[in-house]
Amino acid sequence: MLEVKDLHVTVEDKAILKGLNLTINAGEVHAIMGPNGAGKSTLSAVIAGKDGYEVTQGTILFEGQDVLEMEIEERARAGLLLGFQYPVEIPGVKNIYLLKAALNAQRAARGEGEIPAPEFMKLVREKSAEMKMDPSFLQRAVNEGFSGGEKKRNEILQMLVLQPKLAMLDEIDSGLDIDAMKVVADGVNSLRDANRAILLVTHYQRLLNHIEPDHVHVLVDGRIVKSGDKDLALELEARGYDWVLEGSAA
Amino acid sequence: MSAPERFLERLTARRAEDPSWVAARRQAGAARFEALGFPTRRDEEWKYTDVRRIAEGDFALATDAAFDTARFDEQRLDIDAYRLVLVDGVFSAELSRLDGLPAGVSLEPLSRAMAANHEAVGGSLGRLAGVDFSPFTALNTAFAEEGVIVRLAPGTVVDKPIYVLLLSRANERPVMSHPRVLIEAGARAEATIVEHYSGEPDAANFTNVVTEVLLDRGAIVDHYKLQEAALTDLHVASIHVDQGRDSRFNSYNLNLGGALVRTDLVTDLNAEGAEAAYNGLFFVQGRQHVDNHTLVNHNAPRTFSNENYKGVLDDRSRGVFNGKVFVKKDAQQIEAYQNNANLLLSDRAEIDTKPELVIYADDVKCSHGATTGQLDEEAVYALRSRGIDEPMARALLTLAFVGEVMDKVRLNVIAERVERAVAGRLPERFNLADLVETAEAIQEA
Ligand SMILES: Nc1ncnc2c1ncn2[C@@H]1O[C@H](COP(=O)(O)OP(=O)(O)O)[C@@H](O)[C@H]1O
Ligand SMILES: [Mg+2]
Repeated sequence: MLEVKDLHVTVEDKAILKGLNLTINAGEVHAIMGPNGAGKSTLSAVIAGKDGYEVTQGTILFEGQDVLEMEIEERARAGLLLGFQYPVEIPGVKNIYLLKAALNAQRAARGEGEIPAPEFMKLVREKSAEMKMDPSFLQRAVNEGFSGGEKKRNEILQMLVLQPKLAMLDEIDSGLDIDAMKVVADGVNSLRDANRAILLVTHYQRLLNHIEPDHVHVLVDGRIVKSGDKDLALELEARGYDWVLEGSAA
Repeated sequence: MSAPERFLERLTARRAEDPSWVAARRQAGAARFEALGFPTRRDEEWKYTDVRRIAEGDFALATDAAFDTARFDEQRLDIDAYRLVLVDGVFSAELSRLDGLPAGVSLEPLSRAMAANHEAVGGSLGRLAGVDFSPFTALNTAFAEEGVIVRLAPGTVVDKPIYVLLLSRANERPVMSHPRVLIEAGARAEATIVEHYSGEPDAANFTNVVTEVLLDRGAIVDHYKLQEAALTDLHVASIHVDQGRDSRFNSYNLNLGGALVRTDLVTDLNAEGAEAAYNGLFFVQGRQHVDNHTLVNHNAPRTFSNENYKGVLDDRSRGVFNGKVFVKKDAQQIEAYQNNANLLLSDRAEIDTKPELVIYADDVKCSHGATTGQLDEEAVYALRSRGIDEPMARALLTLAFVGEVMDKVRLNVIAERVERAVAGRLPERFNLADLVETAEAIQEA
């Protein structure tokens, strides 16, 4: 589904990703772990199409399409969605309107008409209930005055409504208490199916107790230095990142 | 020949058999206009607005009210209303719908009222907007031969909006018109009145309108001014309001059209409990110039005003906002709020904004503020990241910016027109209908 090859990325002339390779197949959940500043957020942002990053080398293919040639909105409509670590507040734009406009944009890209109002209502009601969000949140401006946890749940709500093929979640667990973490994790798990994939970017192992990954990668200084299954995350938790670095240096 | 002389020459050529009180008034207006001349930018009130395009123009007076019916159907607001139509300042009986007026409501063209030498009209007309307010009100007083007289008997609640449509044609030679609107609401009367300026896309006429609104005790008037004249039209307007005890005046001053537009809005809150709400929006593009001057006079204790003007400026357009709130000595327990926020969509657009509070009482709650900014690029990005294309993202954010004002607009057809104009394109209603419907659907579940 997603194929990242020899990816080199610089930000303001500073090399951040230095030859990164990653392949994600449909049905898989991948976790990218690594120390602060390793380039984890950069990786997800570059895949999603955020401005300000220069790809100096390498390719990113999504379902065979050259992602680097696509605008951010085209990527989103094709099914590549990034849940932000720091969701932006959008004063005056109601949550429900963002959801509707986004869903209709995606449908238009597939050649479908706008979603009928009753169907849309049913969908957003169900999904907000799943995220334990009061329907009143739909009428509020996007993320405006939301608590940290509410913002994160709102990101997942967008995912549940838009049903991306590849959902990327950057530090979705940061700032969540244990109950909110459970709601968020349940939401993410409900996205899991054979046709979809999930990429979790996280600094800590604890999220992975709730969302069990198929593959875990350790990203250090712009490269993936070690890959394994879920046990690798536990080992990292126990032994720290230095252990990986020593191992890869040897 | 001076510019004022050139304008006034048209008057001499035109008028003949006015009743004497009208003739006297015309003379006073003409004399005052001749003495004042057109304002220049040296005049503090006209510092940012150059009216030479008007002063140097050569405008005839229209003599008929013919208007293409297909275009008429396209331009008019699709609302169930009592309707009075002027075309280049000339009353069109054909396009108007004055039948079925309920008891207590009088709606007639000014010419008819003047011909009938209506005493009630003579007494009120010009009471608020005299010849000294500005050279343009003097000019209007000299020329006004058509307009609208709305009178509501005490306690009358008008069931439908009163819709005044003022159309401007793409004439071979430009024309000028000086419509006069008088709204007199008796005690506890309630009405919604719409002044709608529209017309043919290439119209290049000069409209100089004066509106006077008198609200007796407890009267409530919603006054809409929807100005979507051609981008080549010249438009000067002043609205003067006098409010009695516990009356309420809600102004919606919505400007989308015109090459050069100046609107003055003045309210006198003359008795306790009087309340004025000024909702304003201007959207300008190309080389449009829109100037809004507003004034609220708190002349009595326990009076309230709340003003919110939003400007959206694109291309090389220019906006002016000058809002003054005046609290008279000993007018205690006043609340006066004023806000002007502007959104620049282009770095060549310009806004001059000057909110002003002049307070001579001590027990007052007042605030004012002005901000000017651009669209939040992070928000544009956040919307795009969800698949919404860039023009739509910008449209949504622009609408969000004007949302505070548009949420107050109670006539959906008007809100829809404005939002469509401001957003460029829109699949459906942004703030009202769709969301209300959606909210209701959520409640029901
Ligand atoms: N917009 C930016 N401008 C400058 N430096 C940046 C920017 N974004 C990221 N960086 C730098 O790139 C490196 C990787 O950052 P990031 O991808 O956020 O790491 P991680 O998510 O793994 O903590 C860091 O050294 C960070 O300071
Ligand atoms: Mg990060």
